[in-house]
Amino acid sequence: MNAIEAWNLTKTYKGGVRALDGLSFAVDSGTIFALLGPNGAGKSTAVKILTTLSRADGGEARVAGLDVLCDADRVRRAIGVVTQRPGLDPDATGRENLEMQAEIHGLRGARRRERVGELLERLGLRAAADRLAKTYSGGMQRRLDVALGLVHRPKVLFLDEPTTGLDPEARAELWQEIERLAAAEEMSILLTTHYLDEADRLAAELAIVDRGRIVAAGTPDQLKRELQGDTVQVELVEAADGNAAATASRVSGLEEVSVDGRRLRARAANGAAAIPSLITALERNGLAVASATIARPSLDDVYLRHAGRSFQHADTATDREPSEVAA
Amino acid sequence: MTALRHTREVALRYLRALLRQPTWVGISLVQPVIWLLLFGALFKRTADIPGFAGGSYIEFLTPGVVVMLAVSTAGWVGMGFIDDINRGTMDRLLVSPIWRGALNLGSVAQSVLSIVIQSAIVVGLALLVGARFDGGLAGVAVLVVVAGLLGAVFASLSNGLAVLVRQRESLIGAVTMVTLPLTFLSSALMQESLLPSWIRWIAKFNPVNWAAEAGRSAAGAHADWGLVATRSGFLVLLLLASAAFATRSFNAYQRSI
Repeated sequence: MNAIEAWNLTKTYKGGVRALDGLSFAVDSGTIFALLGPNGAGKSTAVKILTTLSRADGGEARVAGLDVLCDADRVRRAIGVVTQRPGLDPDATGRENLEMQAEIHGLRGARRRERVGELLERLGLRAAADRLAKTYSGGMQRRLDVALGLVHRPKVLFLDEPTTGLDPEARAELWQEIERLAAAEEMSILLTTHYLDEADRLAAELAIVDRGRIVAAGTPDQLKRELQGDTVQVELVEAADGNAAATASRVSGLEEVSVDGRRLRARAANGAAAIPSLITALERNGLAVASATIARPSLDDVYLRHAGRSFQHADTATDREPSEVAA
Repeated sequence: MTALRHTREVALRYLRALLRQPTWVGISLVQPVIWLLLFGALFKRTADIPGFAGGSYIEFLTPGVVVMLAVSTAGWVGMGFIDDINRGTMDRLLVSPIWRGALNLGSVAQSVLSIVIQSAIVVGLALLVGARFDGGLAGVAVLVVVAGLLGAVFASLSNGLAVLVRQRESLIGAVTMVTLPLTFLSSALMQESLLPSWIRWIAKFNPVNWAAEAGRSAAGAHADWGLVATRSGFLVLLLLASAAFATRSFNAYQRSI
């Protein structure tokens, strides 16, 4: 059985913003699935609809086998939700937050105490359990949010941009926790992220979302394998123009040339062989080259290929560090 | 049972948050004292107006101040919802299997508890400065219950409006625009027979006036239980409608996000 199924979801906000434009995907039970895309691609809207917070204008969705519209209350019992915006109550202590969430899910007495204690321990919040949540650091608040989503041992966990705004250390910790969770409790996880490395590291399968639709889906390796060869990237001294793209396209062995500011990218079966002739051709046309790199295909390239623009361009907020090999 | 448990959880949550603000606690305890003594002193000579039926003005005023406090305390309750929505806490609750009605009723319960405590302070203070309530403990209890009902109505309206507007400024505007005029368009501060006739006419439809009339009658010497019953009945009906409005306002909110 699929943990999540979405068919042709559409949603238009007041003012005509089309957030979802026929979004369809399925998540296998017991796996981590990532929706990857820049801010505004429609990921959060999809999560809102799947978690029964918002309603789609069209399409259908089932979570844990239940229709999100007709069976909303049972869906809510089956899911845990951790959103980008903290859901915790800052004027209550960590323990009080968890106890209320447990009560809502019908856990009482000794079972409630036990579960709350267990989660505080596991997410490293025991020492801070009786402090008001508003005094927590960003990383601690996010961990409390995760704990709130886990209180009732949900079958399906939604993590909407779980590491946005966290420092690298807190991010790494949360990643480990998510991996442990997926392995220990047999949970299906839908992760939305605009960090390529996050999707690459955590997800068994991922779908790239752009402008409210899925443009590509598969395992990270499958998606990367679709792109044979290397990515060649040249940084010019001055902003590239049509001349640069035309010149690069004429170099043999280069395909899919694209230009983005001072950056020129292309694909090559053998990057190391193509770079010298590319540099020569550019300089001969009066285009000074500042640097040149060759990289193995990354999810960024997959995104560029399917969404028609580079990820950084679509989302300036991303802080991805490309793992490039200097030529 | 689940409904009650969830309502209690929501009420405790708001109550805890309020008790953690000593300034708020202080102000809400002092406010009744100021109102009763200030209005009592300001309008003291009212008792001398020909046609004012017996007793001291403070005796007349006490039920009016109780009702006025109920309206003003309850009016601000929606601020809690706006904070919850802005912080994301409300979204977390809305994707949990919490009984929807508990969100409003829990918040209303917290507000009614504050109103009961404030009412007790007002009545106690009035007794200290020499007022007598011939209706006895039972009569005063009815006054407090009626004030609680009125508070529950306004708290629900405030919550529903808060979810629809989702802006502090809009809610503040609405509350200030509504509560004071409604208080003055009633017999809270002035005996009904001394009100201008147009105000007397409007007051017939004013829930603040229903509560003032019923509470004052119950606390006084010759309670008109027919009047108390009808006015309380109106308030109960209004409470059902406003609570339904507050709970349903979430549907509009969820459609818009």
